[in-house]
Amino acid sequence: MQAFSLTINGNAVSVTAAADTPLLDVLRNHLGLVGTKFGCGVEQCGSCMVLVDGKPEKSCGKTLSGVAGRDIVTIEGLGTPQHSHPLQQAFLDEQAGQCGYCLPGILISAKALLDRNPAPSRGEIARALDDNICRCGSHARILRAVARAAAQMRQGDAR
Amino acid sequence: MSDAAPAMLPPALIDNPRLDQWVGFAEPGHVRVATGKVEIGQGVLTAMVQIAAEELDIMPERIRLDAGDTDLTPNEGYTSGSQSIQFGGVALRLACAEVRGLFLDHAAAVSGHPRAELAVRDGAIIRGGEPTGHDYWSLAGAIDLGRAATGRTPIKRAGEHTVVGTNAPRVDLAAKIFGEAVFVHDMALDGMVHARLVRQPRRGATIATVDEAAIRRAAKGPIELVRDGNFLAIVGADETVVEAVAAIAPGHVAWDGVDPINPFQEEARWLLQQPSIDRTIGAPPADPASGARRREASFTRMHIAHASVAPSCAMAVYRDGRLEVWTHSQGVYPLRAALARTLKLDPSTISVRHVQGPGCYGHNGADDAAADAAVIAFKTPGTPVRVRWRREEEFGFERVSPAMVTTVSATLDASGRPADWTTEIWSGRHTSRPGGGGNLLAAEALPDPPPPPPPTESSNAPGAGTRNGDPLYAFPAKRIVHHLIAETPVRTSSLRGLGATLNVFAIESFMDELAEAAGVDPVAYRLSVLADPRARAVVERAAAMSGWQPPSSPSPASGRGQPPSSPSPASGGGQGGGAAGRGRGIAFARYKNLAAYAAIVAEVEIDESVRVTRVWCASDAGLVINPDGAINQLEGGIVQAISWALKEGVRLDTAGISSRDWDTYPVLRFSEVPEIECELVGAVTDNPPLGIGEASGGPTVAAIGNAVAQALGTRLRDLPLTRERVMAALLKA
Ligand code: FES
Ligand code: FES
Repeated sequence: MQAFSLTINGNAVSVTAAADTPLLDVLRNHLGLVGTKFGCGVEQCGSCMVLVDGKPEKSCGKTLSGVAGRDIVTIEGLGTPQHSHPLQQAFLDEQAGQCGYCLPGILISAKALLDRNPAPSRGEIARALDDNICRCGSHARILRAVARAAAQMRQGDAR
Repeated sequence: MSDAAPAMLPPALIDNPRLDQWVGFAEPGHVRVATGKVEIGQGVLTAMVQIAAEELDIMPERIRLDAGDTDLTPNEGYTSGSQSIQFGGVALRLACAEVRGLFLDHAAAVSGHPRAELAVRDGAIIRGGEPTGHDYWSLAGAIDLGRAATGRTPIKRAGEHTVVGTNAPRVDLAAKIFGEAVFVHDMALDGMVHARLVRQPRRGATIATVDEAAIRRAAKGPIELVRDGNFLAIVGADETVVEAVAAIAPGHVAWDGVDPINPFQEEARWLLQQPSIDRTIGAPPADPASGARRREASFTRMHIAHASVAPSCAMAVYRDGRLEVWTHSQGVYPLRAALARTLKLDPSTISVRHVQGPGCYGHNGADDAAADAAVIAFKTPGTPVRVRWRREEEFGFERVSPAMVTTVSATLDASGRPADWTTEIWSGRHTSRPGGGGNLLAAEALPDPPPPPPPTESSNAPGAGTRNGDPLYAFPAKRIVHHLIAETPVRTSSLRGLGATLNVFAIESFMDELAEAAGVDPVAYRLSVLADPRARAVVERAAAMSGWQPPSSPSPASGRGQPPSSPSPASGGGQGGGAAGRGRGIAFARYKNLAAYAAIVAEVEIDESVRVTRVWCASDAGLVINPDGAINQLEGGIVQAISWALKEGVRLDTAGISSRDWDTYPVLRFSEVPEIECELVGAVTDNPPLGIGEASGGPTVAAIGNAVAQALGTRLRDLPLTRERVMAALLKA
């Protein structure tokens, strides 16, 4: 057991746990941030996606010591019902989801995409989400929602 | 109000007759509504709120909905079979209408105003648009809802609806989008421990040895082993520690009685050689003398996994002689009964509460995970126990949808239309829920396990393996021959669509073959044998949406169904033999022949492997409570069916299911999802609501099959339509 410092959703936190604890377990069990989901534990489904220094990463495959000192953003850091991120608003507007289990991971992947490409095509959005599994088949809506958020963010920037 | 003959009550109201089981006004300003149906991603909570708000004339925001809780809600069995709205919603609708009527009767009596002049507006009793001073809450004390529903109060007509038929946003979606703790996986109780199972590899297998020392050595923190018979679990406060031990523990447990299975059985043709329970329903056997113009074709598919995006999870605590279980099971009451049998407890001492999980699409590991948690909790009183299955455990031990063979044959009349039709089906059982003759995995591992469930399954409509085996077409004589296979290499149970998926694929593929042989456009051919006007309407609508073009000449592969301008660089559509091609196909079914109608047109491109590029869907689901929710269900079914058609099949090795991750069990990814266009035909109507959740799957698979046949110039009859199968077909052509 050892104490590690990291930044989560803008807050400095210290976590005392084994160095090889998966970041996903740190978030869910040590910090109570259960928005990030377990799907497979072996980096195949994208349910556990978070941003590490702005890049989308599967938190099940990252260790606590590996992310020490890094800047992590989870779904809880994306927005709140009071201050929603345009992506979250667009997912609500498009009613993009069924069971919704996949959505936090998908929203994080989408955020990473829009940060680097503010005007992605449908194909570019799809490719950016290929690491995320949605078994309910909400894909068509999710693709529309990401495009809608991108358009809204571009408009916001233009103002 | 009519005093007509006693109404036919829906089964849910017969089973749960008291109105106070459905509606209550204890909390001022709010209405408690209860449903025995549960949210599995299909939007049922939202639809139930809309139904109740409509018939009670209150704002949806006032409704507090309880769903799937043995302490709080009616017993409506399972949330399955696309029946939640068609049956559960209809029951709730009648109950709410009756409650509103009772309040109006009472308001008329106490106010002296004629009943006909009174109405309800957001819970207040009004007259001529003005408040009367009475409302649901002020009158509630005087009205005993502990009375049986009569089902005689008229419900609103479609034209009067203000909430039903609107696209109310999903009541559960925002919390998911903001990452709140909505899933059973996200529950945390004080003092809870985490548990993982070392699964019994096969029914009847017994533990020979457990190297406890080795297991404990691997633990980087405190753990306990909980063992009873062949039930073995690892328990500890730190999930990371428990998970790591669970990953290595199976290597330290030796089992007896694990017979190897035959990996050859991953493809379905072995079913034809198995002993079976045989039944024929429908027309008497065909006259063999009439076989002059007889055609036949046989279709197969492998076992299919539910493959929920996350493995199953449950929480349980046994405290003060009461067992409390939180689960994403589709049936809290049947699960409670099964847990009572397993633990030899009185069911009244068990509370089972539904908490949402990842979409399940049928009988996945949810019930079994709940039983695991319940058994461990029972053995460790006072401690809340959280069981989360491992990913490979879900793939390896959930019940899968059985492999199937469906052979269709027809004797044709002079016009090339079937005069006599047979659908012959070979399948393992599609129904082994704990309330439907199946065993919980935990029960099989505990001492004194229940006997293997007998292979029983009704062949009669709506059927399970035989589902949709009876085509809706107006053929003079039709029959189903059902071979229920008793022994399957792996446990099987229900998956969205059950037997309908392969049966519709077989029937609708064969219809295209017959149309082609008759030299008739597939749409026109279907319409020529389709009498039901609602069926005709969806076929015509889907064809119109896609710009379907009848063939320019009767030659079978002349680019029928091609869009008016379809210059694809890869186009060799329908000419056959090319390395690449493009095609369109149509297919139709009415799910169970009693739920929603759906017709699908699919467009594919083939360049070694199949790519679905466009899908059009027209569906008639009668009165639709929430059109956007219904379309969401159609779309989801379409995407899942594309995945089934192109990619999915459970892999077996001698140890059992070997496809235990997303690499070996691939599903459709975002880049592979086509543009999808869905339309509801006749949604504002007084036709009763029809279940829509499973309507699009079978027709989608079949439309893809027909499109592929057109593109390749040869038909693939075994699912999935993989690159290997396409290449083999191209080589043969
Ligand atoms: S849980 Fe991390 S990728 Fe699946
Ligand atoms: S909405 Fe259920 S997995 Fe995506």
